[in-house]
Amino acid sequence: MTSLPPPSARKLGLVIDLDVCVGCHACAVNCKEWNAAGHSAPLTDLDPYGANANGVWFNRVHSFEAGEGAASRTVHFPKSCLHCEEPACVTVCPTGASYKRVEDGIVLVNPDTCIGCKLCSWACPYGAREFDHDAGVMKKCTLCIDRIYNENLEEADRVPACVSTCPASARHFGDLGDPGSAVSRLVAERGGYDLMPEMCYKPVNKYLPPRQRQCGAGHDGAPSSLAAPEPAPGGLLGWLDRVLSR
Amino acid sequence: MHPAASVIFFTVSSGAGYGLLATLALLAAFGLIAPGLGLGLAGFGLALALVTAGLLSSTFHLGHPERAWRALTQWRSSWLSREGVAAVVTYVPAGLLALLFTFFTPGPGARLVLGLATAAMAVLTVYSTGMIYRVLKPVHQWHNAWVVPGYLVLGAATGLLAAHALLRAFAPEGSAPAIVGIAALAAVAAGFLLKRGYWAFIDATPAASTAETATGLGAFGRVRLLEAPHTGTNFLMQEMGYRVARKHAARLRLIAQLAAFLLPAAFTLAALLLGGVAASLLAIVAAALGILGVAVERWLFFAEAKHTVSLYYGAERA
Repeated sequence: MTSLPPPSARKLGLVIDLDVCVGCHACAVNCKEWNAAGHSAPLTDLDPYGANANGVWFNRVHSFEAGEGAASRTVHFPKSCLHCEEPACVTVCPTGASYKRVEDGIVLVNPDTCIGCKLCSWACPYGAREFDHDAGVMKKCTLCIDRIYNENLEEADRVPACVSTCPASARHFGDLGDPGSAVSRLVAERGGYDLMPEMCYKPVNKYLPPRQRQCGAGHDGAPSSLAAPEPAPGGLLGWLDRVLSR
Repeated sequence: MHPAASVIFFTVSSGAGYGLLATLALLAAFGLIAPGLGLGLAGFGLALALVTAGLLSSTFHLGHPERAWRALTQWRSSWLSREGVAAVVTYVPAGLLALLFTFFTPGPGARLVLGLATAAMAVLTVYSTGMIYRVLKPVHQWHNAWVVPGYLVLGAATGLLAAHALLRAFAPEGSAPAIVGIAALAAVAAGFLLKRGYWAFIDATPAASTAETATGLGAFGRVRLLEAPHTGTNFLMQEMGYRVARKHAARLRLIAQLAAFLLPAAFTLAALLLGGVAASLLAIVAAALGILGVAVERWLFFAEAKHTVSLYYGAERA
């Protein structure tokens, strides 16, 4: 059924801290690694060792520059499905293959009923859906549905692959429908925001903006240079140094 | 947006087919054309062939054409599904009307009911086609009030041009050819004004989304892509990053206006004034040019459409 269910109380999603992300792409790589054997496996690569290698990824890291001169910022920007509250990718689906889960709000594709018309990818403003030319069906981030509820994993590992691997802890996973959850508090404290709010898709995933620069850093009394002047050697070595320096 | 050949062929062919079907159905409903084998086979035959060829070609770009029937299930939310349902339902009155019209002599009551039902379903189907694009918020060039009238009027124009040519050849007697010729002129003129208005609209109105809203980094200043996520290409860039047409947009718009509107109007007007065999030939040329011109227009409709996902790949405005 591609009509949307009533809004779920639980809204599982990600909070991505653009102040912390170092742009290492580990989240994208671990996403590919896990999901190549996960719920939507395989994530087909075409011409993987050739000149025109391309394939399906659920998570991609873009890097942007914003502003000019000293005030400008370089921001690494990971982007995956935002599991919107009003996902038009679901409502445009003619077959019912795309759906939003009632229990936790995760948006999924049923690969057994998808006809591969690609209309959902046109309806997504964010480019979250990628067509698998080999399988002939649309694929997308599952929020690692096969990890977060997986009782065979240690409880600490029941988070999406991108979150578990991030070496900088720039990615947070949780219930954004619960105002008291750690992720909701983070969003409230740091001014987390929606991407393209003008589209009115109400994305669940939030982005935390880069923090303000700490003005005045570096004036704590430390020497401005680490290269301390070496005392001139005396005696024979000093004579040699003076001769050789001529 | 990438202009897939199968989708362009589908929308042009089915648009003309439903236009022709609605025209013949209305003429039959009001007794302006007499049932018979010639016009039945050529007219309803061509209309149903155009519609069917279009619908079949629309399944060619599917990843799983064998599952196409599933697209009829989600009519509650999806315009693509509604289009499929409307297309299938149209076959019922259209098929009955075509059979009765071609091989039997249906009474005025049957002609009226089946004719009106066929015409209404044909309009509903083309309306649904337009709505598929109209509801897509990420594409500014599609998410506006010009799109659905464009689909309806261009379908009507190509259908009327085809009907005009068919009537000149198979049923030249009576007032039907002149009525259809004048209606074709009106539809072509309306199409011309609509497309001029549409192009002026998309040229003058900026899309709401920018690289700043896409990233939320506008507070720091102008946002531009420093590094793409990968060195190669991907599905999103191939499907939604199509750029070829913008370079030639002005010239292609001129070609579309000449082939789809100005020349068919001139040929149709000449046919109306001249009559006879010359009119038949002129009407055929007008119909062929009209369909060709609408194919160019449709190609532009895709190629000029810019999706917001391009904002993540270097575009500053979608």
